[in-house]
Amino acid sequence: MPSRPQVQQATKARVEPQDAARVQSPGTRRRSAYRGYVYVLPAFAVYFCFAVLPALHTAYLSLFEWDGVTLGDWVGLGNYQEILQDPILRRSVFNALVLVVFFSFVPIVLGLAMTGLLARYRRPGMGAYRFLFMLPQVVPLVAVGVTWRWLYGDDGLVNQAFRAVGLDGVTRAWLGDFGAALIAVGLVGTWVLSGLCMMLFLSGVQKVDPSLYEAARLDGAGPVREFVSVTLPHLRGELAVAMTVTTVAALASFDIVYVTTNGGPGEQTTVPGLLVYRLAFSEGKVGLAAALAVVLGCLILAIVYLINRLSRSES
Amino acid sequence: MNTATRSERWSGYALLTVMAIAVVIPFLSVFLASLQPAGTPVVGLTWPERWSWDNYEQAWSVAGFSDLIRHSLTIAVGVVPASLVLAALAGYALGTMRLPGGNAVAAFFIAGLTIPVELIVVPLYFDLRGLGLTNSYLGVILVEIALFMPFSVFWMRTHFQSTPQSLVEAARIDGASSATILLRILLPLARPSLMTLGLLVFMWSWNQFLLVLVLIQDTTKHTAPAGLGFFVGQNSTDIPTLAAGTIIVMLPILILFVIFQRSFIAGLLQGAMKG
Repeated sequence: MPSRPQVQQATKARVEPQDAARVQSPGTRRRSAYRGYVYVLPAFAVYFCFAVLPALHTAYLSLFEWDGVTLGDWVGLGNYQEILQDPILRRSVFNALVLVVFFSFVPIVLGLAMTGLLARYRRPGMGAYRFLFMLPQVVPLVAVGVTWRWLYGDDGLVNQAFRAVGLDGVTRAWLGDFGAALIAVGLVGTWVLSGLCMMLFLSGVQKVDPSLYEAARLDGAGPVREFVSVTLPHLRGELAVAMTVTTVAALASFDIVYVTTNGGPGEQTTVPGLLVYRLAFSEGKVGLAAALAVVLGCLILAIVYLINRLSRSES
Repeated sequence: MNTATRSERWSGYALLTVMAIAVVIPFLSVFLASLQPAGTPVVGLTWPERWSWDNYEQAWSVAGFSDLIRHSLTIAVGVVPASLVLAALAGYALGTMRLPGGNAVAAFFIAGLTIPVELIVVPLYFDLRGLGLTNSYLGVILVEIALFMPFSVFWMRTHFQSTPQSLVEAARIDGASSATILLRILLPLARPSLMTLGLLVFMWSWNQFLLVLVLIQDTTKHTAPAGLGFFVGQNSTDIPTLAAGTIIVMLPILILFVIFQRSFIAGLLQGAMKG
């Protein structure tokens, strides 16, 4: 491959006089190497001004007690201390972690089970299933929330199904039930994210050499053994991705919770995203909201880092 | 193959079908509810006696979903082309040129993949209000472009990294400037990648909720999801109209998904892998 200066010499014929000098002087050559940044600059500017700066600004705001109107008071890490102490705030973080079970763990187990059953064949008609499984991924989560609010309602499909099998005693307003609301919200996440996990694992397993399965079968491996020693090791990358995507979705959940329960009943389904919104824009505790947002951001960053770390060190 | 594998094969299909039904039934339930006479109590999955589309008319004109859809489209029309142009430019430089510190810059973009809306929305409201950009589509457009930029840049960079370097070298030897190389040679080849990115960005823009809820507090300017979220708080008793509104909000993205399902699915799966 020709190195950069040679290419420039080759193009010298058409270039302007000042470009000819560039070939000789290393200083100007370095300057020209930076020239490509002209292309990066617009994207960087928008990203920096409207995403990175606000994130930094959140961290700054989190050090103040501020109602959004008057002058704020510097409280240092006081807001963070309040998050540790306030039962409602702690509860929201706990709820988010419970949602991880339903948004992440259950969909991944379901996806793995499907993959275990389907791994060995090239299946005609997969396109249609793929289409259906991805469907909950593309529609707005608000619409998903409204849909499930109706399904969980008194006259909704869930209660209808229980009545149909004679379990009238089980029926209730699921989203208003103290014991059931958080699980009900979690299952909406399961419904949304299971398809993505399945499709990720199924597309991952297609890359496995079929002869590995034949070899395993010849060695007398049963379906379980085969799954553990052939399928699973090949899905390490997909597994890390599915964990990352679904865990972030659980921790940063807002849309579904806002529409289905708005945090209720009591504080049973409050999540950090909901409290960030509520504290900043209806309770006038902007600093505290910012601190909670920072905690949430750090939690996400830590988990993403951890998952990537683990998946790399194993491979 | 022997019979054992045949039974495995069919049990696999049976399971897939159960899953598929579980996915479809909620959609079906809402769709059927939307066809019931307005204002009537509806129970779960009920086949309508008469297919009435009145609720759609009602939701479209009276509940204002036509305006909501228009506002969402306005924002998407601002976000999608700008995202594609900015990401293509940045991805081109970061993917094909040996920029000093280029990898660090790319990593800085990629780190942005972990930024949730919750982390930036609070100061954005106050900062944009200072600039007069709250209750404005421009404000939302700028933030959405920024929010999707980490993925967009990463997507285009990966694309340009995979195009043969020899193509670029050959063009350079022929005397093409870097802009000409991008416009004449690389962009025409990048059309499938750009289209997938465009679809994903459109989808994210269409589905954006929290950001719009905060930045556009004037309910007459709401987008489709924000309007739906507001509507459900106001009219939770009129299930048929609410259901019709829900379907209307889903419809544009569903139509795109039906038409471009290959690109969508490939984008979502690969996108997740790349993210």
